[in-house]
Amino acid sequence: MALAAADQAAVRALWRKLNNNVGVYTTEALERTFLAFPSTKTYFAHLDLRPGSAQVKAHGQKVADALSLAVAHLDDLPRALAPLSDLHAHQLRVNPANFELLGHCLLVTLARHYPGDLSPSLQASLDRFLRHVTSALASSYR
Amino acid sequence: MVHLTGEEKGAVTGLWGKVNVEEVGGEALGRLLVVYPWTQRFFDSFGDLSNAGAVMGNPKVKAHGKKVLDAFGEGLKNLDNLKGTFAKLSELHCDKLHVDPENFRLLGNVLVVVLARHFGKEFTPPVQGAFQKLASGVATALAHKYH
Repeated sequence: MALAAADQAAVRALWRKLNNNVGVYTTEALERTFLAFPSTKTYFAHLDLRPGSAQVKAHGQKVADALSLAVAHLDDLPRALAPLSDLHAHQLRVNPANFELLGHCLLVTLARHYPGDLSPSLQASLDRFLRHVTSALASSYR
Repeated sequence: MVHLTGEEKGAVTGLWGKVNVEEVGGEALGRLLVVYPWTQRFFDSFGDLSNAGAVMGNPKVKAHGKKVLDAFGEGLKNLDNLKGTFAKLSELHCDKLHVDPENFRLLGNVLVVVLARHFGKEFTPPVQGAFQKLASGVATALAHKYH
């Protein structure tokens, strides 16, 4: 079942507002995830995870690009994210529970930077969008 | 028991001192009911919860939100004995209220989002980390007496 029309509209509107800065927020979300949920660092032993790390910033941009791809394909997330799902399932082998943790930290990041914008209904729409993304990412697992 | 470093304890206590418990509690509970509508199942007697506006403006939601956050504050004062502090509340939530403990985790995360909204820059990644530990500890303590 695709994301409801109202949620799609809300997410697209937010994405337009975030413009080219999505990478800034996904990078902060990653930093928050590593600090709040240290077990997530186990997947990044090969990276410098110190705050301000260029490698985390680069990874943040990858995540941003993936989310922007998702926003561009809200009607067909499973298909749009299938390659990423395969990657995470079969190569990276990330426990899918971790996607939720990053999603939560992205919400926290947006709340911190856009307190006035993050109404309860936008929070609900974003939460549902992130769950759809998580679900699509986990779809190749088994 | 939750293990916060001295610095984390300081950060959390410092921030908590500035929290308007009534406002933040009401907002956190309200957002829980809006974002995760199944949680409304526990609040049939609260009246109009039919849309986000109704929920956020509902006086019973605000009052109950304050109650919940006051309890959270008690936890903060008793970090070395969360299980003892929340034992009675845990029994209540299991035996009388029949609340799935998964919902405590959800409320904890909504509270973190609300704190980020209110404190902005001050709600740094390390401060968030400390709060997540506290929220997780409270959720675990509340689930401890379930059977």
